Amino acid sequence: MSLLGRVDIDPEKLEKATGLYRVIDEEGRVVGEFPDIGEEVLRDLLHYMIRARVLDEWLLRLQRMGKVAIHAPNKGQEAIVGAVYPLRPEDWVFPSYRDLGVYLVRGMSEEEILDRALYNRDDPLRGSDFAIYGHRKYNMIPTPVPVGNQIPHAVGAAYAMKYRGLDTITMVMFGDGATSRGDFHAGLNFAGVFKTPTVFVCENNQWAISVPLRRQTRAPTIAFRALSYGVDAIRVDGNDVVAMYKTAIDAITQARRGEPFFIEMVTYRLGSHTTADDPTRYRSEEEVRRMERYEPLRRLRKYMEEHGYLREGEYDEIYKMYYDHVEKAAREALEKPPLPEDVFFENVYGDRVWVLELEKEEFYESLRIMKELGLEVE
Amino acid sequence: MPVMNMVQALNTALREEMERDDSVVVLGEDVGRRGGVFLVTEGLIDIFGEERVIDTPLTELGIVGFAIGMALNGLRPVAEIQFIDFVYEAFDQIVSNAAKIRFRTGGMYNVPLVIRSPCCGGIKGGMHHSQSPESYFIHTAGLYTVMPSGPYDAKGLLKTSIRVDDPVIFLEPKSIYRTVKEEVPEEDYTIELGRAKKVLEGGDVTVVTWGAMVHMVKSAAGLIKERLGAEIEVIDLRTLFPFDKDMIIESLEKTGRLIVVHEAPKTLGLGAEIAAFIAEHHPELLYGPIIRVTGYDTPFPLAHEKLYMPNIARLYLAVKKVLEY
Repeated sequence: MSLLGRVDIDPEKLEKATGLYRVIDEEGRVVGEFPDIGEEVLRDLLHYMIRARVLDEWLLRLQRMGKVAIHAPNKGQEAIVGAVYPLRPEDWVFPSYRDLGVYLVRGMSEEEILDRALYNRDDPLRGSDFAIYGHRKYNMIPTPVPVGNQIPHAVGAAYAMKYRGLDTITMVMFGDGATSRGDFHAGLNFAGVFKTPTVFVCENNQWAISVPLRRQTRAPTIAFRALSYGVDAIRVDGNDVVAMYKTAIDAITQARRGEPFFIEMVTYRLGSHTTADDPTRYRSEEEVRRMERYEPLRRLRKYMEEHGYLREGEYDEIYKMYYDHVEKAAREALEKPPLPEDVFFENVYGDRVWVLELEKEEFYESLRIMKELGLEVE
Repeated sequence: MPVMNMVQALNTALREEMERDDSVVVLGEDVGRRGGVFLVTEGLIDIFGEERVIDTPLTELGIVGFAIGMALNGLRPVAEIQFIDFVYEAFDQIVSNAAKIRFRTGGMYNVPLVIRSPCCGGIKGGMHHSQSPESYFIHTAGLYTVMPSGPYDAKGLLKTSIRVDDPVIFLEPKSIYRTVKEEVPEEDYTIELGRAKKVLEGGDVTVVTWGAMVHMVKSAAGLIKERLGAEIEVIDLRTLFPFDKDMIIESLEKTGRLIVVHEAPKTLGLGAEIAAFIAEHHPELLYGPIIRVTGYDTPFPLAHEKLYMPNIARLYLAVKKVLEY
């Protein structure tokens, strides 16, 4: 490229970043070339999506019962399972906090997710924060709550993989709101400059709490923004799990060759931002009802029933099977005792630090005096 | 006189200041249609329109940097950071710019900016919705830092903060947003920065505190009197920088014993500065050690937050210790 010459953008790349890739439309009709995807994979994707939907319902219920601190509803975004399904277990995932389907695909069980949500004795994250999930054994890094913080982490981890000669990649999820933060800019920019094996998945659900996408960015699409960092990007119907799955296979293949890739997953948040939110204050019920028609499970079910992959009544049977499973798991998780009272002194440093040792002694003394005075603090 | 909670008092202060002065604007995430996640800005967009009550893209660094620019050019922005735990992205803008522009420019420019934000624990908010990071701001020359403990002070202090010509970090303890109610005058009033308030008279031990901890400390007075026969004098600092040294000294002349209670972690918390100040300038006033009852030097936990936070048992132990010295 000469300094004063013009710079051309590959029109095909532009088309991908501003178009919309879809395979199955909202009525379950095939509208694009159907990828080579076996019945087994299709069934797997369906099962993961149903499991995410059921778990979401239960976490909402447990939150209303006062057992779960705060839950970020997932309904409408379950097709994210298609993005993670083609990954290898050795690949690393940096999920967001609205990603139940991701946690399930990576191998977390409903039981493990419930222990975490209820932060009982078996919570692997030891009562650190709400609405975050992940585990080292699934190569899934628990989410930082400040949105988008994980984006540059995924880029750095991918650089480390390349540096160490591994053929693994990283995948990172975040919402449309996160694209306004410095973390997004820095992460995308580093990925472009250093050509890291990273797949970015922006779950564009149209709403960052009360702020609609048009107020988040005036760029034509989010994928278009990724392209401006030199990262190939595609805009996908994020409620079409088949399109998500096919896109992820291509994205992962490219990342494994050492090139980052960006997926804008166009979806819709049917629920509230979190259980502490009231969306009726800022968006119409009518909009939500209109968008329900586009949700991902409805269309996959239609497609599978019409193509003979699901017999009549089978969907409801699967749903009930998982519902009963989670009901039992929730009962068991609720019966487990809480974490030990001094749990927050763990994992602050790897080594012993005298400051904390001293404070721990003061803490135990305060527990003794509470008992002596009959004080209920918690 | 109407009875209000802190959310209503803050909302009233914002509305009155915006009515009084066209240069006052409100900006932040979800402050418009949503009215803020705690509804502090509820209804303002309907009165003042979306050019003055601005729903911004999701970036704290953008919100603060943009607000600094507004402040340089004649506006008096009140920027909301949705939770103070999310302020760190804006730290560079606050520390390197809001706090330093007056000094950098030889006094040619100043930044009349208020950064309001819910802070502190007690609502099961976990590690990123519960922090008390006031020390970072107190430690930064060029910023005022304020934390009210009730509706009356919240209204008066916010009005003053908006009128002050330098940046103010205005921290709102979210656990008492709706639980503390009191009479709040409808007329205009302000409360001078740098003035503490004595919220309980007592002759034996001075307890300096602020924010939601004021209420915890007051609630322990009965138990301390009954079990230890001691009366605590409680000072609500209200302004954290510059703190009201005179009220503390005056109280110590009577009690000779000092305890500082704050939610923030102990190491380099404001308690350390208050203790050092008294030890440096007025050691003659003290009968015993200065004791701090604070958050522990760990991240703020989701599990057992009430055991993490300063509580009645820990204050009781501190009073006992200083009395027995």
